[in-house]
Amino acid sequence: MTATEELPAAAPVREIGNARFRKEDQRLITGRTKWTDNIQLTGMLHLAMVRSPFAHATITNIDTSEAKAAPNVVTVVTGAEVAEEQGGLPTVWAINTEQKSPVHPSIAVDRVAFAGEIVAVVIARSAAEARDAAELVDVDYEELPAVLDLKKAATDEALTHPDLGTNKSAFWQLDSEAAGTGVSVDDAIAEARDNGILIEREYRQQRLIPAFMEPRSFVCDPTGEQLTLWSSTQVPHIVKFFISAAMGIPEQKMRVIAPDVGGGFGGKLQVTPEDFIAVLCARRTGKPCKYTETRSESLMTGHHGRDQWQQMTLAAKADGTVTGLKVELMCDLGAYAGLVGGGVPILGAFMYNGIYKFPAYQFNCNNYYTNKTWVDAYRGAGRPEATYAIERVMDELAAEVGVDPLVIRERNWVTHEEFPFSSVAGMVYDSGNYEAATEKAKQMFGYDELRAEQQRRRESKDPVQLGIGVSTFTEMCGLAPSRVLGSLNYGAGGWEHSSIRMLPTGKVEVITGVSPHGQGHETAWSQIIADRLGVPFDDVEVLHGDTQVSHKGLDTYGSRSLVVGGQAVVMAANKVIEKAKPIAAYLLEASVDDLEFKDGRFQVAGTDKGMAMGEVAMAAFAAHDLPDDLEPGIDAEATFDPVSFSYPHGTHLCALEVDTETGGIKMRKYVAVDDVGVIVNPAIVEGQVHGGVMQGIAQALFEEAVYDDVGTLVSASFVDYLVPTAADTINFDTEHTESPATTNDLGTKGVGEAGAIASTPAVVNAVVDALRQFGINDVQMPCTPERVWKAINSAGPKGDDPTEQAAMPHFDENEGGVQ
Amino acid sequence: MTLINVTVDETAYSDDVEPRMLLVHYLRERLGKTGTVVGCDTSNCGACTVHLDGRSVKSCNMLAVQADGHEVTTVEGLAKNGELHPMQKAFHECHALQCGFCTPGMIMQSIDLLNENPDPSEEEIRSGLEGNLCRCTGYHNIVKAVQSAATGATS
Repeated sequence: MTATEELPAAAPVREIGNARFRKEDQRLITGRTKWTDNIQLTGMLHLAMVRSPFAHATITNIDTSEAKAAPNVVTVVTGAEVAEEQGGLPTVWAINTEQKSPVHPSIAVDRVAFAGEIVAVVIARSAAEARDAAELVDVDYEELPAVLDLKKAATDEALTHPDLGTNKSAFWQLDSEAAGTGVSVDDAIAEARDNGILIEREYRQQRLIPAFMEPRSFVCDPTGEQLTLWSSTQVPHIVKFFISAAMGIPEQKMRVIAPDVGGGFGGKLQVTPEDFIAVLCARRTGKPCKYTETRSESLMTGHHGRDQWQQMTLAAKADGTVTGLKVELMCDLGAYAGLVGGGVPILGAFMYNGIYKFPAYQFNCNNYYTNKTWVDAYRGAGRPEATYAIERVMDELAAEVGVDPLVIRERNWVTHEEFPFSSVAGMVYDSGNYEAATEKAKQMFGYDELRAEQQRRRESKDPVQLGIGVSTFTEMCGLAPSRVLGSLNYGAGGWEHSSIRMLPTGKVEVITGVSPHGQGHETAWSQIIADRLGVPFDDVEVLHGDTQVSHKGLDTYGSRSLVVGGQAVVMAANKVIEKAKPIAAYLLEASVDDLEFKDGRFQVAGTDKGMAMGEVAMAAFAAHDLPDDLEPGIDAEATFDPVSFSYPHGTHLCALEVDTETGGIKMRKYVAVDDVGVIVNPAIVEGQVHGGVMQGIAQALFEEAVYDDVGTLVSASFVDYLVPTAADTINFDTEHTESPATTNDLGTKGVGEAGAIASTPAVVNAVVDALRQFGINDVQMPCTPERVWKAINSAGPKGDDPTEQAAMPHFDENEGGVQ
Repeated sequence: MTLINVTVDETAYSDDVEPRMLLVHYLRERLGKTGTVVGCDTSNCGACTVHLDGRSVKSCNMLAVQADGHEVTTVEGLAKNGELHPMQKAFHECHALQCGFCTPGMIMQSIDLLNENPDPSEEEIRSGLEGNLCRCTGYHNIVKAVQSAATGATS
């Protein structure tokens, strides 16, 4: 929102493709940022949460008398007191009409279903006094059996929600034969069992925590005509809709503002208990109320990600040509179905086939509740899991056939001549070039040299072995065509909106329905508008995140902002030009047909007569002399509903050193060649790849949300939840190929999640590649030194005794067990 | 309540504070220095890093009363006469920030790092920033920014 420095002298004519320094930075590097927690309002009260220490318990009594009597405490609110008023937290995506979804109260009323669930709220004049008093709230619990293990949850031995009668939320299937997108997977498996190769593996997607840097914060001001909620959210429009709907507040009386938001990664794609509670408390007290979570609260009760078991059955011919893929997924939703919740694995359902030409495919997903923190979207949401499993199992196939992992991929991937390509999961990949990205990555990586070094180390029995990991991924993003969402029983559309205000001085305000929280949309959108309308980059202001200004939008997640929201901006700009044209023609005394718009000017063809867009804006503002039939004004708005998902792709290569004596892993080289179509701002795109790759590496090597045997999250601080530091990683070598998307005017594809989707399998494939010589074909994530060491040492003396393969259970033994 | 006298970003303040008040809360809530932020409660993340008498400290890990008689510099006190500090410029020009929440602490720590070691290797930069977490950038461009500031390569 602040001016940036002047253009370098030799600035390119076109803004798109220019690595512009970001507009957002000025306020962020000088500490002039507006985080929600910075907001102070006159008479503002502060909230502190009383949270359950038990994973599953009945609340038998809450004594708030001592807390209420504490200094400067205004009141204490319990769930029972607001049971009627508070409504339930929303699930926007029941994956089918039979899905069981327990009611999720903001404040638990009579039972808690995970440790950390809110049971009472203290309202006091200062945050410190609220927290002090929260210690004085005396809650009596009667413990209930807690469901903590996903596989045990499937047995219904104990119940997460006794009233539900089962832990199972829903079952969802995609079958290529039934859908008409492929043939029978069971036939393919039977054929491979007899005459080909059958690979059966089970992989674990550990539970992760988004761990955005800004703890969530909420301020609700009940004074004035509209109730105003500032929330550190990715989704202000969705928060507004659901709070209005659930609490019976007329939608037009509710305003939600996402001011500067410090990261999200899906973790702030939620309508939270704390959003509701801030509103509840402000309404009850008539005063502005604020709540900012501590980091421990954030890690414990902000939604988690992943947490799945994946059974993969891959059928292939003896030469490694794939013939079928069957996926059996078990997903832990935690205690409740979140906003997207059970839909997260379904976002992966269409991606297990990856870039490969499987003729047969079946995806089966069972979602279960457990007495743990609820699970929802985390960077990639379903697609990292899918990509991990397919890229891991393709390496297994390569090992079985006895060829290089890149060879097996090349044998099976979609070639560039085959686009647009209809996948076995029913998706149409619009464009791509897997060969080109892979070739570029190999060159940058020095693939052959590293393979040679790996061979030398093996032969010399070097205690430090080299592993090389491959990930040739695609993903689907740019959420999403509304019709597709409707067919999946998703409760909203996937369009995006933009409006453009042409100010009298020729400056431009662009309003976007997406809600950035670090992505640099203010810069990128300015570049798009500068090119489209021919105005200087610095003359464009991008407004967002306040439902009073940006009245219509579906916010930021699923790598949708540019490919959906950016296209809405383009369409609105086109409308501005169309509205300005007849005014310019009138003022230039020319025919509309003779006008051409170029570089910000309407020019009468074949003459030197013309006028700038800014002059038309001023003329429309003054409105002294306009054609009779035209309204004074050239502002315009547009809503874009995508016709297709976006399919970025790329090849990531990772080399790492495994110390076989300690299990320690050292990153050696990481190359990422991504194809995200046309790039608006290369610096921003590169930054997205860096951050995404790092988060994927973090899943592979460092992070895991660990619960103890009574359901307490033991990794509830940054001491125990290992977000990687600068010292844990290396520089990344990033490059791009460009296959323009055919489904939007800019030719862009999403990039926000790509790095996180691609990197995890590249890293784990590298770990396994180093250890395969010892008979090891899996190390569970995170691949800690302990796990790596144990894998090596349980595999016998330096690889002579491959026990892991033999220990793998056959899936047939489990058939019929978990549906 | 305890009376403290502390200079913050070259302005002298005199305040009665609760002995238990953390320096970061004093800066944010009493002085309105909201450029300095709180990212965790275990002194792991470094988002609250400021300078105390020219050396970096995590202001969540120190009481306001301990700053009595000392001089504190926050990210808001770095730019002089509208001119950004070279480290601020380096972060901007190297795209070393995305959401920007870790940035104030990261910049303060990076300045301290170069004060100690004006010509650090990449490894020394990485270990010098180990106490500051960033979730957006993968540290790649942060390391680049510190290298750029060290060589005076900013515009």
